[in-house]
Amino acid sequence: MSDLELFNFHVTRRAFLGGSAGLAFGFAIGLPKAAEAQSAPGRLNAYVSIAPDGTITIQSPVAEMGQGIMTGLPMIVAEELDADWSKVKVEQSPVEAAYHHPIFKAQYVVASISTLGYWTPLRIAGAQARRVLVNAAAEKWGVPAAELTTEPSTVVHAASGRKMSYGEIAAFAAAPAAPPAIDPAKDLKSADKYRILGKGTDRVDVPAKSSGAARYGIDARVPGMAYATFVRAPVRGSGPASSNAAELKKMPGIVDVVTLDHGVAVVGETFDAVRKARRSLKVSWRAGLPGDDINTDKDLQTYLGDGRDPKRVGVEWKSKGDATKALAGAARTISREYLSDHVYHAQMEPMNSTAHVRRDGVDIWVGTQAPTRTQLDVAKALGTTPDMVRVHQMFLGGGFGRRATVEASVDAALVAKAVNRPVKLILSREDDLAAGTFRPMTSQRIEAGLDANGNIVGWRHRVVGEPVGDFVYQPGYIKAAKDRDVIFMMGAELPYYNKVANWHAEHLMEPERTRVAAWRGIGAGYTKFAIEAMIDEVAALNNVDPLELRLSLTDDSRSKRVLQKVAEMSGWGKKRPGNTALGLAFAEYGAFAPKFGSLIASVAEISVAKNGMIRVHNYWAAADAGLAVNPAAFAAQVESAVVWGLSCCLKERVTMAKGQVQQSNFHEYQIMRMAEVPQIKVEVLTSGASPTMVGELGVPGTGPSVANAFYALTGKRLYHMPFTPQRVQAALKSTTLKV
Amino acid sequence: MIKFAVNGREAFSEQPGDTPLLWVIRDELGLTGTKFGCGVAQCGACTVHVNGQPVRACITPVSSIQGKQVTTIEGLSPAADHPLQKAWVAEQVPQCGYCQSGQIMQAAALLAKNKKPTREQIVTHMNGNLCRCGTYNRIVAAIQRAAKEV
Repeated sequence: MSDLELFNFHVTRRAFLGGSAGLAFGFAIGLPKAAEAQSAPGRLNAYVSIAPDGTITIQSPVAEMGQGIMTGLPMIVAEELDADWSKVKVEQSPVEAAYHHPIFKAQYVVASISTLGYWTPLRIAGAQARRVLVNAAAEKWGVPAAELTTEPSTVVHAASGRKMSYGEIAAFAAAPAAPPAIDPAKDLKSADKYRILGKGTDRVDVPAKSSGAARYGIDARVPGMAYATFVRAPVRGSGPASSNAAELKKMPGIVDVVTLDHGVAVVGETFDAVRKARRSLKVSWRAGLPGDDINTDKDLQTYLGDGRDPKRVGVEWKSKGDATKALAGAARTISREYLSDHVYHAQMEPMNSTAHVRRDGVDIWVGTQAPTRTQLDVAKALGTTPDMVRVHQMFLGGGFGRRATVEASVDAALVAKAVNRPVKLILSREDDLAAGTFRPMTSQRIEAGLDANGNIVGWRHRVVGEPVGDFVYQPGYIKAAKDRDVIFMMGAELPYYNKVANWHAEHLMEPERTRVAAWRGIGAGYTKFAIEAMIDEVAALNNVDPLELRLSLTDDSRSKRVLQKVAEMSGWGKKRPGNTALGLAFAEYGAFAPKFGSLIASVAEISVAKNGMIRVHNYWAAADAGLAVNPAAFAAQVESAVVWGLSCCLKERVTMAKGQVQQSNFHEYQIMRMAEVPQIKVEVLTSGASPTMVGELGVPGTGPSVANAFYALTGKRLYHMPFTPQRVQAALKSTTLKV
Repeated sequence: MIKFAVNGREAFSEQPGDTPLLWVIRDELGLTGTKFGCGVAQCGACTVHVNGQPVRACITPVSSIQGKQVTTIEGLSPAADHPLQKAWVAEQVPQCGYCQSGQIMQAAALLAKNKKPTREQIVTHMNGNLCRCGTYNRIVAAIQRAAKEV
């Protein structure tokens, strides 16, 4: 089973290569239903239509959640179309099969692979549209198409000096019944011909997000709609046993209180009426579930014990050589343990969805990472078919994995059906957090075997925690995936440290009890902390510079390049002012590494206050994600992911007792504020001819670079994220671990 | 009935007096640029101006704005060309964008009373506004850029 299939979707060669007409980007016969209904004369295919005034409308198939995708993907189409970018208008595409991600076979934005996945289909779509325009001009002029070239939005016949704009052609040309065949190997531009890709392009969604005009899910308005909120059972799998719903129904402005199997909805004429009634809601929840006893402090100690227990055998994630033999034969071994707490997405827009359920169809307005799944799951919940459910994709006020699940839309649809009115369902921040979907808490143990010269000869990495696949997808998912949980284990491999000949990474599964899910950076957010902190310890043991050690572990030129670049940017090796120090980390991101892998090297400069507060002053990152479609947006994404990762490793922590989350709002679940943010410098390096993952790439280097800087500054190690002042003070008083 | 003005136009609300101004603006007046983030004045996504002062609309009872002037992001500049909005575009600040109306309104109140804020003054003034996409450094740069124009 490939890593891609571990995301529960199947690769189809047909869709990926676009060889057969229609599925992903076909002409005429492949037109999506909505497009057929519009059937404008200038509609060239599912992605491109051109108006006689020259306006080029490009459909963007992926949800925009801040990653810049509704600029980046249309840039790819526009490049092959040879469009004048100033004439391009971008629209969010409908939710239809024509716009499916070719790997996921769905519209679904996770794993940072939108650009990678849509790259070839969108290039073909642009090239096909260009070919149609060129052929139409050739026919009009009575010249062979081979004599024609294009300039931005213009077809040129150099021999006769004639030119025709795309708008002029669109006025008379029609899309042919069969799409012109495009051979990706021969008919697409080479990178040296690019006019749009690789240059910094302003994002198309920024003006509306600066004027207040951008519409998010929470902004949907439907005539006659009621407002609702939903209180979900705090324990996974639980639901209401009894409640004071009858009393609440008498409160002013309350339309109904709807009891579902997994929670209680309060529905009213205004959100304020709903809010007030929700405060009076009392529910007693069904007991007897595995999650009833969750106590994160206690459970983490259990995890630690399990990681130390040689009798516990984990599920192999990935490996190379024979780690057991190599460790047994090592001159010396060291082992270290690393911990991380549950963390919450804290996306700024609380979860919400608006549903209108009628006999003739269902409309859902939502900002979601999973519009196709929204269609499927809402249809299933309502007992109808997916074609009856229309999903209106809105902007996302943060996705980060939280909006990859579709509970809010299912709940909104069920409540709308129950009250027979359109319903806008919004969670309060408190309910959003209480029923959060968290990156799972982990304990990790790494054992490194060194030879007499200090070289790493063997490496065993055990990651202990709850798998997330069953919760994110469906019960039975993990079993079907042969217990390999890509979301949980991402990053535990060493694909670029090729000099380490023997390594083994395994997952020790704890019972599934918690609402755990994908969180920006997924497993790499903690696995790379453990790996890169351990590499730093090996460097210290060997009395070798951490940069030199990392360079010596790889033959990969791209890896060496990001490391050398970040060293240059940060002034690595130069003396720092007395109260600060630098720490280095290297990480790849992506399930395909090393075949396709995005790389990042990070350096953090920190100081530590007397109260134990770590301050990050500067952060440098050198990143390589293949071909950079829009380098400006790439850099912005790395900046964003760095703040995300630093916020996580310094501050963020969800704790649970008796199965309940103990934090309620931003005063208790604190995230990084402006005063705490370092200066961040990002260098975008490019390599190869196609793009790889960007959105999460900045995350994995944050924890280890800070921890390693802490060692450089204090001679002490940090082993538990987040590095709260209390833990920092404890570390400062600790005895340094010996081999 | 509570009467007030929003973006220079007369407005009223017949909701209970303790209804947060946020929901009146969003749901009664249909001005959805002002966002709900936390409901307890911890994030700043709902920031609007009342008589020129930045307030958190999520904890401002509508009864308290009787006779007052409310400005939302939609009313900051009719053509969305306030120097801050232009700077927000020039610095490519927003990512998901959800917090940015609140950020801009908070920043506008600063520039209204302090034409040339230092970086430290900017950070102190803006520290109550959360941005989960971590666009803080670009926000600072945009405010500094706008300050040159004001």
